[in-house]
Amino acid sequence: CGSTSNTDAGGLFMWMSLIGHSLRQEIMKWNGWGYVDSKFQFNKKGQAEFTGKRYRLSGMVMPALKEWFESTFGASLQHKTPASAIPNSSAVQPPILNEAFVEDLKSTGIPFSQDAEDRVFRAHGHCLHEIFALREGKVGRVPDMVVWPSNHNDVVKIVELACKHNVCLIPYGGGTSVSSALECPPEETRTIVSVDTSQMNRILWIDEKNLTAHVEAGIVGQELERLLNESGYCTGHEPDSMEFSSLGGWVATRASGMKKNIYGNIEDLVVHIRMVTPQGVIEKSCQGPRMSTGPDIHHFILGSEGTLGVVTEVTMKIRPMPEYQKYGSVVFPNFEQGVACLRELTLITNVFAGHALKPQKFYITKFKGFDPNRLCVATLLFEGDRERVLQHEKQVYDIAAKFGGLAAGEDNGQRGYMLTFVIAYLRDLGMDYYVIGESFETSVPWDRVLDICRNVKERIIRECKERGVQFPPLSTCRVTQTYDAGACVYFYFAFNYRGLSDPVHVYEQVEHAARDEILANGGSLSHHHGVGKLRKEWMRETVSRVGMGMLKSVKDYVDPGNIFGNRNLL
Amino acid sequence: MASEAVYSHRDPMLKKRDDFEDILEERRNCSDLRYALKCYTPVVYKGLTPCKAGVLKNMVLQSDQLHYVINQVSKETGKAPEDVQEEASAILEEMAHRMQLSTVRFFAFTLCKVFKTLFRSICVNEEGIQRLQQAIQEHPVVLLPSHRSYMDFLLMSYILFTYDLALPVIAAGMDFMGMKIVGEMLRMSGAFFIRRSFGGDKLYWAVFSEYVKTILKNGLAPVEFFLEGTRSRTAKSLTPKLGLLNIVMDPFLKGEVFDINVVPVSISYERILEETLYARELLGVPKPKESTSGLFKARRVLSEDYGSIHVYFGQPVSVRSLAEGRVNRCQFNLTPRHIPKRPSDDVHSFVNAAAYRLVRAQEENMVLKPWVLLASLLLQNHHQDLDQDRAAGPERGMGLDELTEEALWLRDVCRQYGAFLHWPDHVPPSEVVSSSLDLHRGLVRISEGRVRLAVEHAAGPSGPGVHPGAGPEEQLLNQAVVVLSCASYRNQALHVFLRPALLASAMHIATSSNKQEVFNSFSFLRNMFSNEFILCPGATMQDFEEACFLLVKTGVLQITEQEVLSTHRGHRTLAFLTRMMDPFLQGYQVICMFLCEEASEALTEKTFIPAVRGFMVKQLLSGRLRYTEVLSSDLQKNALAALLRLGAVLKTKGADQTTLKVNRVMVNSLEDTLGGKLPTQKAAVARL
Repeated sequence: CGSTSNTDAGGLFMWMSLIGHSLRQEIMKWNGWGYVDSKFQFNKKGQAEFTGKRYRLSGMVMPALKEWFESTFGASLQHKTPASAIPNSSAVQPPILNEAFVEDLKSTGIPFSQDAEDRVFRAHGHCLHEIFALREGKVGRVPDMVVWPSNHNDVVKIVELACKHNVCLIPYGGGTSVSSALECPPEETRTIVSVDTSQMNRILWIDEKNLTAHVEAGIVGQELERLLNESGYCTGHEPDSMEFSSLGGWVATRASGMKKNIYGNIEDLVVHIRMVTPQGVIEKSCQGPRMSTGPDIHHFILGSEGTLGVVTEVTMKIRPMPEYQKYGSVVFPNFEQGVACLRELTLITNVFAGHALKPQKFYITKFKGFDPNRLCVATLLFEGDRERVLQHEKQVYDIAAKFGGLAAGEDNGQRGYMLTFVIAYLRDLGMDYYVIGESFETSVPWDRVLDICRNVKERIIRECKERGVQFPPLSTCRVTQTYDAGACVYFYFAFNYRGLSDPVHVYEQVEHAARDEILANGGSLSHHHGVGKLRKEWMRETVSRVGMGMLKSVKDYVDPGNIFGNRNLL
Repeated sequence: MASEAVYSHRDPMLKKRDDFEDILEERRNCSDLRYALKCYTPVVYKGLTPCKAGVLKNMVLQSDQLHYVINQVSKETGKAPEDVQEEASAILEEMAHRMQLSTVRFFAFTLCKVFKTLFRSICVNEEGIQRLQQAIQEHPVVLLPSHRSYMDFLLMSYILFTYDLALPVIAAGMDFMGMKIVGEMLRMSGAFFIRRSFGGDKLYWAVFSEYVKTILKNGLAPVEFFLEGTRSRTAKSLTPKLGLLNIVMDPFLKGEVFDINVVPVSISYERILEETLYARELLGVPKPKESTSGLFKARRVLSEDYGSIHVYFGQPVSVRSLAEGRVNRCQFNLTPRHIPKRPSDDVHSFVNAAAYRLVRAQEENMVLKPWVLLASLLLQNHHQDLDQDRAAGPERGMGLDELTEEALWLRDVCRQYGAFLHWPDHVPPSEVVSSSLDLHRGLVRISEGRVRLAVEHAAGPSGPGVHPGAGPEEQLLNQAVVVLSCASYRNQALHVFLRPALLASAMHIATSSNKQEVFNSFSFLRNMFSNEFILCPGATMQDFEEACFLLVKTGVLQITEQEVLSTHRGHRTLAFLTRMMDPFLQGYQVICMFLCEEASEALTEKTFIPAVRGFMVKQLLSGRLRYTEVLSSDLQKNALAALLRLGAVLKTKGADQTTLKVNRVMVNSLEDTLGGKLPTQKAAVARL
């Protein structure tokens, strides 16, 4: 039984082991999400379709999407905002080159490039303002060079040279950041070198006795899963971005996956981390499953967001692939009931991966007796041996029934999972028609979930109105992760920007206000997206002045010359 | 100082206000019964899940908040949690409203009849009603009417019923429950009852606050209460009480609702039903306990004309925008929200500032009738007569023409200060004056074309209790009843003149025209009188600037870098303004004098009022004191509160009573400063 969730959802089968360093650029968009061949578009009949062959949705026509799109945003297919073409090299600032560094680098034989396209591709993540600027052909400060280390030792050499010649390094994994973490600080006058870890993508060994695998940190999620599957194992770490994001990136941002209830978050999954810093290599001396040796040094690395060094190798826990997998879904009369049920389920069992989401009307079918404007669907995934899966499934549905939930079938569940992968593509469609949007997340205690959802959504609507947004925005949310003490909540926010002279600025002001509202309602600054530069201003109040001092002193010791100068976090 | 600024300082002339509609007019033309039985379908809060009264009680009793406190009380007292739960349930039973539309309809029908007999018109700003309707749909609403009469909350519900708006749930004092049938009927029309004092009773507080919050959070009904806590017997706004305001703001601060709309409502009566009742109460004739039979005895009031009522629904104030930048809501992140906590300093000062702002919003939209100006002028004239010993001669009082001329002058000043004055400009001034005098004929005497206060016949037609013609002390009290009644009308306009009047008095007591010195005196007076008038804490500078602005604008003062100078033509205004403050200044001085000269070591909080009253009566009878107004227990209480606040008098709690310890040196120096005998030096101000 070799089927896993991502065979259905991801574009795994098309992913080839990357030999040439520029191959990734060829199959991926430079100014939008995902693969070049996969996107939503309106065909000649005005019907929405999803192109390509990679996803289950590929090639499908979705007649309801147009109506949803037009009625939700007041958008019209007549009003297009096409993206501009890829900027030619003259539009990109010529690189600032530290010749001595380049000379020394050449002598190591590590491949590097000063090509404009390579540099632009690695100058951004996927924040709205970053993509919007690219679509308008605007390019700011970009890395001056890109290097492709192929193993740990290459990274050691690069970091040594960077220290010697005082150049700035910015680690680059999958490029899926949504915290402005990859943006080059405009004030940086040194040479900025993007350290692209994509060539460090091998599983170095699998230890079946201890159920661990030692993996190079540049490996991308779906590739890691595929290679482990070949040996009958999996990690169970499946963030929404797993098609593109890298192991090193997960470690550097404290990532979380949708199956974390079964397998744990990244901090639970790592056994050993190796990171190259300007002071040298940091790692533990053994692979003991837990240690009492003072503060866990892994926690200086986890969430360091590229400010301390490059994560090169990670030992991860692995598990035999589940014998049996079953999707499921429950429809609740309203969001309140759905949340209450998830809370109950979390207390009783942690055998499912689930999330309650407010439906996007274009894919949810109608349910009898439920108000379509209020109903909410939880999608579920059960894994394990067949008998226990079925037993858990029954248990879950019994509990759900107490909260007015009805089992809504495997199909809806599977579609829910699929949607998490294609949802990012939807934004690009919107951007073709004056609609911009973004999602952002937080974590919050259970007793605050409903309050925070209501208040943040309302705040978004109100802020949009005050800033002259002509049409009511889409402002919705879902619960994506559950813990004993709380949940992770995602907010989705998008609006039609016709009539606004500076839509991105408006967007940023609204998001800023929404974040203030989140914090005022007891939500965290971030559950797993990280801080980057986007949310830096709230760090002090988030971790206290002393906490900031602690983090700063670590940075000062590890990287006194600010070689890892992306200026994230602090 | 600046951080406390709640208002922007701007020209009050520019205030824009809505027009009024008379809601009685339609009632006079069509069936009251049909009106009372009309289809009533108010718009409701958009997030409302309707629930019955029983469900509401369960929600309260099963709330985490209450559970927490029940367990706490059970641990502290050793009672079984079930017993405490029973107690809570009983408290709730005693408290909760049982709104019934049929009772509301009954009231609507009855009140129609009553209102039409008593009042010429009930005028409501319909734009305000529309704003309120909008507000009710968007967020939970709190209604904050001013409180001048028992009539207030019936009137509010009546108006809301008339306009098809959601009926409020009203916090009422427990004393109403004494009136058996009426109490229950009020309950069925939406009143809920709270004990007057429950200081340390945790359980009571928890039930009460959870009850109010549950109604508010779920948007079940607008919550209505009186910020001033009780009816103002003097028609001055009272220092706001913060308890309930704290409770209703809590759901916003804790993120349980997105926002709350607070709507100040100003109810102004041309003639107050309780007019002489209040005056007698202030003079120490104790307030009759509310009883149903007492209410019926008051039936004779039905035969009189009480003019018109103006009800102004102010701009809804968003608690969210009030709190913006003033309260860090993250402070509630670290403890579960259901555990009761004392408000932090910033929350306390925020709620306090908001309360003052809301009371001022009530004041600003109070409609003033011409009589208010006449009462002010007649009172001042009365005292001038006393001064010049012509109290009994033919020259006493004011000629009708003179009164009219002065009233017109005052009307213009008033308007320049931004007052909400309803002076009918299309009617000849002499008619305006005579009809006002006619409506208040119990308080004035007109003979031979001269008008004066009706002080010798006293007590007005509707005022039993004080018998005329007895000994000098009783005569004095009889006069005081009329003077205090009149003063209550003057007080309606006090907020308009307050800041310029404080400045005028400050110039009077300051030793020079030096700006800093005048400011020091202003600041001293403002501080002294901050229990007497609505003066926002920490807004001394704004108040001073506002006063300067108004007096300079109207040509009364010239203000240079160093000096504050009165102009020649400003004399009349300054004289009027100082005379307005004089009774208060003198009242506080006499109280200081009493404390220095007469107060015994055994003076207690309870004996303070009678003792000071006795002292004042002596002073008045001997002619050393001219303002009978100072006999008002309101003024006496406020003065004591001020002296306690300033530390000039200290409370020491004994076994069964609280004694007052007087710092004679300080009280003496306060007295001298009030009298202009001592300069208000910087040091003195700093010390206060």
